[in-house]
Amino acid sequence: MSLATPSKLIVTASPHVKSADSTPKIMWHVVFSLAPVIVSSAWFFGMSALLVIVTATISAQLTERAMGKGGTLADGSAMITGLLLGLTLPAGMPLWMVAIGGAFAIAFGKTVWGGLGQNVFNPALVGRAFLQAAFPVAITTWPTVGGSFMELKGDLFALPFLHPVTNAVTSATPLGLLKFEGTGTALMPLIMGNTGGSVGETAALVILAGGLYLALRQYLNWRIPASILLTVAALSTVLHLVDAKKPDAFFMLFSGGLMLGAVYMATDMVTSPVTNKGKWVFGFGIGVLVVLIRVWGGLPEGVMYAILFMNALTPFINRATQPAVFGSATRIAQ
Amino acid sequence: MRLAFDFRHGVHPPEEKELTRALPIRRMPYPDELVLPLRQHAGKPAKLCVKVGDYVERGDTIATADGFVSVPIHASASGTVTAIEFWPHPDGSYAEAVRIAVDKYAPQLPRPRLVPKWEGLTTEQVVAAVQNAGVVGLGGAAFPTHVKLAPPKEYAVHTLIINGAECEPYLTSDHRTMAEYPDRVLFGIRVMMHAMGVTKCVVGIEKNKPDAIEAMRRAVPKELDVTILPLTVKYPQGAEKMLIQAVTGVEVPSGKLPVTVGVVVQNVGSVAAIAEVFETGLPLIERIVTVTGHGLTKPANLIVPVGTKLRDLIAYCGGVTPDAAEVILGGPMMGVAQANLDAPVVKGTTGVVILAAHETRSATIYPCIHCGRCLDACPVFLNPSHLGDLARVGRHDEMTDAHLADCMLCGSCAYVCPSNIPLAHLFQASKEALRRAQAGTS
Repeated sequence: MSLATPSKLIVTASPHVKSADSTPKIMWHVVFSLAPVIVSSAWFFGMSALLVIVTATISAQLTERAMGKGGTLADGSAMITGLLLGLTLPAGMPLWMVAIGGAFAIAFGKTVWGGLGQNVFNPALVGRAFLQAAFPVAITTWPTVGGSFMELKGDLFALPFLHPVTNAVTSATPLGLLKFEGTGTALMPLIMGNTGGSVGETAALVILAGGLYLALRQYLNWRIPASILLTVAALSTVLHLVDAKKPDAFFMLFSGGLMLGAVYMATDMVTSPVTNKGKWVFGFGIGVLVVLIRVWGGLPEGVMYAILFMNALTPFINRATQPAVFGSATRIAQ
Repeated sequence: MRLAFDFRHGVHPPEEKELTRALPIRRMPYPDELVLPLRQHAGKPAKLCVKVGDYVERGDTIATADGFVSVPIHASASGTVTAIEFWPHPDGSYAEAVRIAVDKYAPQLPRPRLVPKWEGLTTEQVVAAVQNAGVVGLGGAAFPTHVKLAPPKEYAVHTLIINGAECEPYLTSDHRTMAEYPDRVLFGIRVMMHAMGVTKCVVGIEKNKPDAIEAMRRAVPKELDVTILPLTVKYPQGAEKMLIQAVTGVEVPSGKLPVTVGVVVQNVGSVAAIAEVFETGLPLIERIVTVTGHGLTKPANLIVPVGTKLRDLIAYCGGVTPDAAEVILGGPMMGVAQANLDAPVVKGTTGVVILAAHETRSATIYPCIHCGRCLDACPVFLNPSHLGDLARVGRHDEMTDAHLADCMLCGSCAYVCPSNIPLAHLFQASKEALRRAQAGTS
């Protein structure tokens, strides 16, 4: 069947066609790529890990629903914030704290700035920074890895503001062990992920695989993780050569939250530079700060603060790394 | 040694050329009525020189050039002028146009005319002949061709570049012209090289047209320094500055004309139109139009009389499919969507693309997430993300500082934008706002 003319004419501005990618598609791909990370967190920390992640996610979603402009749940970005926050917390953290963290991340990390695309700092890390300040003990109480799947670690169901300090079996993170007790951790557990730590940060290889998938689909700019990891590796190698007591590159790369931070946090498009040159600078800055904090700082881990600090510098990096325009004097001189 | 003839950045929209790439050019019969707007080219609109009731023959001048950067308009068929009135123009406005009721019994032969021998003509004479024939750039911009044949004396032009890239998706009119009429294109090149006193010519053709490349190579005579150069398939390869970079490796300085680096670019269609002038003496009264799209029943490459209404053209191509949604004059990247199908085909109409509903842009726009894809797409190295932020709050002066003037509205940024932000549209509106502000103050 054919008509003489279309029954209804659409008139839009050029270009009239568009690539298939959309912002929700990117966001949901990031969500799906986190599935193996979530599975591995459940493998190492059991049910408790899932409870923490689910609580953070639900809390973030509800806050987005309550505070965001209508319909913003569907774009998937609040889902990412909730999942990433959950993945950076210890398995035994009381769930009411986790819920507060999720709400804070969305409320103060995103919606008060104007919603998606407007925030300066990574929302998940804003939530985590708040929890670190508010509940310094709970957020550094690391349950031991392993045990049965259904075993509830720590003090998950403590009542708000009434819970006794947790009495669960705890261990230290590899970075904590190194900083406070001067003992190292074998490379194999570090890479595989059966060490103490936040629920989603220990399985470095799984995180890398997720990042690789996203980079291949171009849902993540590879320059940022590459720049961070290269910087950390180079700096720590130099430090290790100068002073053998300092951790070597492998330990630095595979311990703590570096992988999760480099692959999933620093690459947040909203809070990282738009220019490719800027992305290298951004990653370099994070790498340097991570090494500085870990080696000389008071905290064992510094990925969160390194990323938040470089988030703050992102507008300046953008301004300083504008590409030279086609046919401009600078380009022709080259 | 350069291995790839290319420019940096750009995008790869689906080519969609298979609908018409193998279809030979056919002639469309004359419609009952033609509508010829007086403004069909960049520069000053033509001056009317007929009145209602006049009988005009095919090829007669109906409006004369108004100054140097202007060209005359000719009747594309014999018939009677029935009205001179404002009529829907393909750019979306209404413009003064001459309506001609086509004489069904006329033989549609042009008046006998003298065909100038090009070998003996001076540059000025060729320029005058080309202007009188109403030839404009047929690649879409419709800039009067003769102006480019007489570049300012202070620049020495060393290379004539012929634009056969045809990088817009769907369009195949230049492709078919080169594949079917390579000798005519070469004849036009010869006239142009003679007029401009240029000894070197390069024809840039995207690699997705192997038959056109092959036909053109065979048509090149031994004594002429004409190179047929296959180019990387990428949008906007056919943008003037991108093409010059791909061919010569040189960037045209920002804000300057190509002639400052010693080259002049002409579209394949314009070259063929010039050949027509010196072969038959016919002015530009018809052009090759690709009528295509997944919303059209019978896609075709057609020789269409200028002034044919889109309605008639679509009806000749079998009408549209039930899911047809958007009618675009030109390619889908830079073309103009039509609201009124009474608008006519004009000299700059490269194609008519009818998109099916599922191909059109979604109406949902998300906030900019600063992913940076537009920066990687922009062929002139702008920061469309930043420019878009400025445009939406109306900070046009800051956009000038961010090099808005270098934007050529190719739409690559809006094509890749995952948030579906109509960046090219915002920039066009900002340019317009700046232009008005300037006109108001001076």
